[in-house]
Amino acid sequence: MAKTNMSPSRNVMPTQDAKVRAHNFDEVALGYSEATAIDEAMRCLNCKNMPCVDGCPVKIRIPEFISKIKEGDFEGAYQVITRSSSLPAVCGRVCPQETQCESRCVRGIKGESVGIGRLERFVADWHNTFSTEVPARPVSNGHRVAIVGSGPSGLTCAGDLARKGYEVTVFEALHTAGGVLVYGIPEFRLPKRIVAKEVEALRQLGVKIETNVVIGKTLTVDELFEMGYEAVFIGSGAGLPNFMGIPGESLKGVYSANEFLTRSNLMKAYLDEPQTPIMKGGRVAVVGGGNVAMDAARTALRLGAEKVYIVYRRSMDELPARREEVENAKEEGIEFSLLVSPTEILGYSNPDDRRDPENGFVKGMTCIRMELGEPDERGRRRPVAVEGSEFTIDVDTVIMAIGTSPNPLIKSTTEGLEVNRRGGIVVNEDGLTSRNAVYAGGDAVTGAATVISAMGAGKTAARAIDEALSR
Amino acid sequence: MYRIVDKKVLNTAVVQLQIEAPLVANKARPGQFIILRVDEDGERIPLTVAGVNKGNGTVKIIFQVVGGTTKKLSCKEAGEYIQDFVGPLGVATRLDGLRKVCVVGGGVGCAIAMPIAQTLHEMGADVTSIIGFRSRDLLILEDEFRACSNTLRIMTDDGSYGEHGNATVPLKEMLEAGEKFDQIIAIGPLIMMKFVVATAKPFGTPVTVSMNPIMIDGTGMCGGCRLTLNVDGERVTKFACVDGPDFNGYEVDFDEAMSRGGMYGVFERHAYEATCNLFGKVGE
Repeated sequence: MAKTNMSPSRNVMPTQDAKVRAHNFDEVALGYSEATAIDEAMRCLNCKNMPCVDGCPVKIRIPEFISKIKEGDFEGAYQVITRSSSLPAVCGRVCPQETQCESRCVRGIKGESVGIGRLERFVADWHNTFSTEVPARPVSNGHRVAIVGSGPSGLTCAGDLARKGYEVTVFEALHTAGGVLVYGIPEFRLPKRIVAKEVEALRQLGVKIETNVVIGKTLTVDELFEMGYEAVFIGSGAGLPNFMGIPGESLKGVYSANEFLTRSNLMKAYLDEPQTPIMKGGRVAVVGGGNVAMDAARTALRLGAEKVYIVYRRSMDELPARREEVENAKEEGIEFSLLVSPTEILGYSNPDDRRDPENGFVKGMTCIRMELGEPDERGRRRPVAVEGSEFTIDVDTVIMAIGTSPNPLIKSTTEGLEVNRRGGIVVNEDGLTSRNAVYAGGDAVTGAATVISAMGAGKTAARAIDEALSR
Repeated sequence: MYRIVDKKVLNTAVVQLQIEAPLVANKARPGQFIILRVDEDGERIPLTVAGVNKGNGTVKIIFQVVGGTTKKLSCKEAGEYIQDFVGPLGVATRLDGLRKVCVVGGGVGCAIAMPIAQTLHEMGADVTSIIGFRSRDLLILEDEFRACSNTLRIMTDDGSYGEHGNATVPLKEMLEAGEKFDQIIAIGPLIMMKFVVATAKPFGTPVTVSMNPIMIDGTGMCGGCRLTLNVDGERVTKFACVDGPDFNGYEVDFDEAMSRGGMYGVFERHAYEATCNLFGKVGE
């Protein structure tokens, strides 16, 4: 075997040029070639104690799959990953690897860590392009499990149980499976065909997916048990978007990030002749500093905005979005307005003509400058308004990306399901709720978090369901 | 895919479809709505349930052709399929304990008011129905309302049928004559509901209104259907899809709702014309 690659730097991820990609919805990162993947794999020291695996919420056998890449056995590498993860092509793209597996990599001490996420993506894409292997459908063990929601936690739970022989049905409220992977994360970061492929792989394992069923409305959790399901996993995701409570948030041109992204992603409003409308072009302010804010800002840009601002009340150090996404956004020309908080959204109003079609549309936003004060209970320095520092920016669209509150539908129709003060479903370490045989995970439990943490929760629940039902 | 089992053209702009959706039919109650997509890549639109038949698992919807999507839907025939149909969504209209009710329906809103009037009638309540239309050729559901109403007043804006005037005229007349309703339930254009509230206010009669804002998912995710209530002097944001669609009429900020409803007016007109060019006129 060739020698370990001791370069302190990882192989660069080829990307579309920033000036070009700012005007299209094609994927930004282009992926490693076979030669680059092998070269990068050679940087892995194959540590005996595998610190990287500890950093992975679904415990992928990282050194093992990287060893397969070194040998050029890409399908073998894929098989190693899918023993732990149902969605490798998704995770290779959207996981915050820099704070998980890669943050534990020994190579990161004196240089850059191995590009684990990039290698995972390469392996999954290679499999999806070249492999014709249809996974063997496991022999049924006769037990039926219902999964509520086809987002990352639900798909993971479904995949893990299906591999063990459970008969799994996933109920999805929307018309397409994938949850936040299809309505939330934009095409240029996670192409929808990738999600469709991963869902198809689960179908081949025998997982049934019923779209257009809203659990809590079309069917209740109790009815699922009456139908013969022996356990239920609730992965219904984040719920209603939060707003700031400032004047002007109901003006035309103010969106929640959920609505803006859903219109563009799920409803394909980015197409030239869309059936679902969206406000395109003009000047856009996105309020918030998370990954969702970055997605909304970069989507607005691609829809033809002439100027896009990220308005965030803390500084760059506290900005919670992934560094890579922030760098991408900056390169594309998005302006970061930091230590700034909106106080009012201003609307157009023609006092002489109540029928003026411009009436009620956003025309600007008043903001106030902030400075960082004392740390709060979580240790983040609290932003404090600087008196008299108000200023106005000209914008036509404002997108609020300041988080969500859990969806009330299941809670309100499931007796005995305990929720916390913020409305999140209460679970124990196995993902079990206050109701017998009802498990939950993902944003429905934690509030807005990451794809991989939701997948971890789906995995934990699958293990617990298996233990409970095979007893 | 969901099969259309029956189609009726109720007037030049309003069509009734009966759609096979057993799970929805099994659960839907008056005041709840469904969301449908006509075809792949189609828009999601909310429509209130106008009736169910649990026997054959069908749901009735009645809609007015206003934009591209409703235009396309109106061109579907019995035996054909629509892509998606999900529900029932929203909270059913609260009717428990009502003994004497005035149901006010405006235009295609009568399609939603009708099952409510029917349910009240079946409960044994005294039902006064006021149904209003722009003109005689837009009249729908007259026989159905007659069958379930103790009193029925039909109004047209131009006087071409029934009485001349809008729906608030007989409401005001009855309230002034001393009629005491437990509840007024108003369903129709925002401007009509706003004036029903204004008419009832001096008499203190409770008014429920059914809001029909722009929606996408309809399950409490996107926040597009938000509206503002004035509750004890505080402005509160609510979501029609999970908190509604029914609200206390005295609390709703109608002016804001009317403004928000016009967000995509230009787009709608364009989509309607583009679809018309493809399909020709409704009902042909």
